[in-house]
Amino acid sequence: MMKLSRTLVATAIAAGSIISAGAVASVNAAGVAYKDVADMLIAVMVADRSTYTKKVVQRLAAKEKVIKASEHFEDDKALPLPAQMFRFGAEAVADKTDKFTYSLLSLWPINKQNAPRTEIEKAGLKFVAENKGENYYGEETLGGKKYYTAVYADVAVAKVCASCHNGHKDTPKKDFKVGDVMGGVVIRIPMTE
Amino acid sequence: MSKTTTLWIVWFLFTLAGAGVLVGSMFYGGPTRANLLIGGTTSGHHQIELACGACHTSAFGGTEEIEKTCHGCHDAELEKAKDSHPMKKFRDPRNADRLEKLAANKCITCHTEHKPDITNPMGVTLPTDYCELCHDDVGKNRPSHKGLAFNTCASAGCHNYHDNKALYEDFLVKHAGEPNVAEKPIIKDYTEKIEIEAAGDALTLASQADAPADKVTDKSMKEWLGSSHANAGVNCSGCHAVDQKTPETIAANWVDKPTHKACASCHGLETTTWLSGKHGMRLAPKMLVETEAIFGLFQNKTLGPMRPELARLPMHSKVAHAELGCSNCHSPHAYKTEPAHVEACTSCHNDEHTKNYEASAHGRLWQDEVAGVGAKGSGVSCATCHLPRRWMEDASGYEEFLVSDHNQNFNLRPNEKMIRSVCMNCHGLGFSIDSLADKDLIRRNFGGLPSGHIESIDWAMKRVQEKGKK
Ligand code: HEC
Repeated sequence: MMKLSRTLVATAIAAGSIISAGAVASVNAAGVAYKDVADMLIAVMVADRSTYTKKVVQRLAAKEKVIKASEHFEDDKALPLPAQMFRFGAEAVADKTDKFTYSLLSLWPINKQNAPRTEIEKAGLKFVAENKGENYYGEETLGGKKYYTAVYADVAVAKVCASCHNGHKDTPKKDFKVGDVMGGVVIRIPMTE
Repeated sequence: MSKTTTLWIVWFLFTLAGAGVLVGSMFYGGPTRANLLIGGTTSGHHQIELACGACHTSAFGGTEEIEKTCHGCHDAELEKAKDSHPMKKFRDPRNADRLEKLAANKCITCHTEHKPDITNPMGVTLPTDYCELCHDDVGKNRPSHKGLAFNTCASAGCHNYHDNKALYEDFLVKHAGEPNVAEKPIIKDYTEKIEIEAAGDALTLASQADAPADKVTDKSMKEWLGSSHANAGVNCSGCHAVDQKTPETIAANWVDKPTHKACASCHGLETTTWLSGKHGMRLAPKMLVETEAIFGLFQNKTLGPMRPELARLPMHSKVAHAELGCSNCHSPHAYKTEPAHVEACTSCHNDEHTKNYEASAHGRLWQDEVAGVGAKGSGVSCATCHLPRRWMEDASGYEEFLVSDHNQNFNLRPNEKMIRSVCMNCHGLGFSIDSLADKDLIRRNFGGLPSGHIESIDWAMKRVQEKGKK
């Protein structure tokens, strides 16, 4: 009896969470909310990204000055930029799976290909820049396929983030400071019908 | 049987036989296959156009199966070229709308084979203003580009779709103002020695040769004893009976005329690159004109080696039927590399660029180096530019070796590919760009100065200076 009721409760909770998550119409086949999946992914991405920036670029390029970070890191025998590191990861993931994709974008992009293109990207980047600490979630249809799309703020975690961008010849904004939102990470998960 | 019925039966049998021949030659090959080509192929593929199965791997696989074969042959090269538009860029769904305009995630969107009427340089079958489809707003961030026609992006020595290693903005800035000719024009990789793992101690006596007695001639013995092969301890069996150790097995496995396969046992990277290039591609694996089928009616037949008569470039008629293997350029036994640098090329090639080489500045520098007057690496032979030395990873990917890349395509088209690997050893970037954009100068084998000027470096510098002011 005890066992049965426990199962029942568990089922009820599961059903309840599916229904409540269903309010954002967002549960994948395994029963994990799309939002949770995206939140889990961003945690890993942010951890890796800030570790590389602080422990490698900030330390070796800005503080110890033993090596530079450069867009043309192979030609210049330098460190890849944090944004490149991030993109290489994203491309390697796309080689392995089509279950999600991600990219690093900005309203003030150095690389104009990193400007927002879809409506959600535009709205999401604006939202995370204006509402510090908050994320943006939505759904969009691209190329006939439906995606769950989450946008997270990309923050200047170290001084080098701001200084490098402010000094770059292609930047449209020259007054970034530590702690500023510099852009956003966009995660897309294709939705199963 | 009435006459009509007989005629019908005869008609039916002929039709059936005709259809059989058609289907058979399409799927399995044979002498009638050439008539089935649906349109001439590009100069990149014409040599292998009768090995249909090289690209059409499956009769009903559709374009996706064809795409796989593009990647199979060309991916490594694109990666080395730091491809500016790799497939992976287009996998992100945020580019879905762009892909609807132009399916840039497929090779055959831009490179469709068998369409000679619409094939532009580099085998591109799109109208030449295709850049506009995605980059129509380029003038917004690059005022210098406002109003430029989109069919000039790639035609003027400014941009390429894939390979921009020597053309990207910061590179132009970094190398602005370089002199036409460097103070010490030396091709660095030619001052080093190509190391091949030596087989053993030098062989210096004819009695050490392990060839069966009836295969030895005075001439071959004399040539071999002075060769770098003998110096490196490579005995007769090293090439004529690979991996054989005893006199019996050497005699049993003796090959009078070893093919590239024997060379590959020591010169692996040279051979694999040769098999990817214009000289060797017909001998690459799976290049079959006929495939075994129908109880032996069709046999596996390879394309066979390249012959000058098959070339689209002008060649000397007296060598029309020569069959290309390693030994055409590297004369057997002597194995000196110098003749392979120029004489081997000019013995077949007969176009203006080749004919103008000897008297050109490059040609004279080479003659000086060979004569011992010029420093090592100061001469410029045909091979310097077309089979250039470069550091290549071996198959394991862990070690790099200096090799002479025998795939001349790797360095040839678009010709800006040569800028970093070759030209900039001795020339400034601007001079190199201007020279390679001057077709007539190329015809004259660079006899003289470039007649025009490509402004890309000037524009890049102007932009940097303006940005610096703000
Ligand atoms: C050494 C210079 C440098 C440093 C340090 C650096 N960036 Fe960047 N960042 C760039 C360049 C250059 C690009 C454009 C790269 C590309 O896409 O080709 C870029 C791209 C970006 C983008 C994408 C939008 C754009 O501008 O193209 C964001 C967002 C961004 N960086 C944020 C950051 C943050 C946050 C940090 C610190 C964690 C940081 N960057 C550190 C140079 C730098």
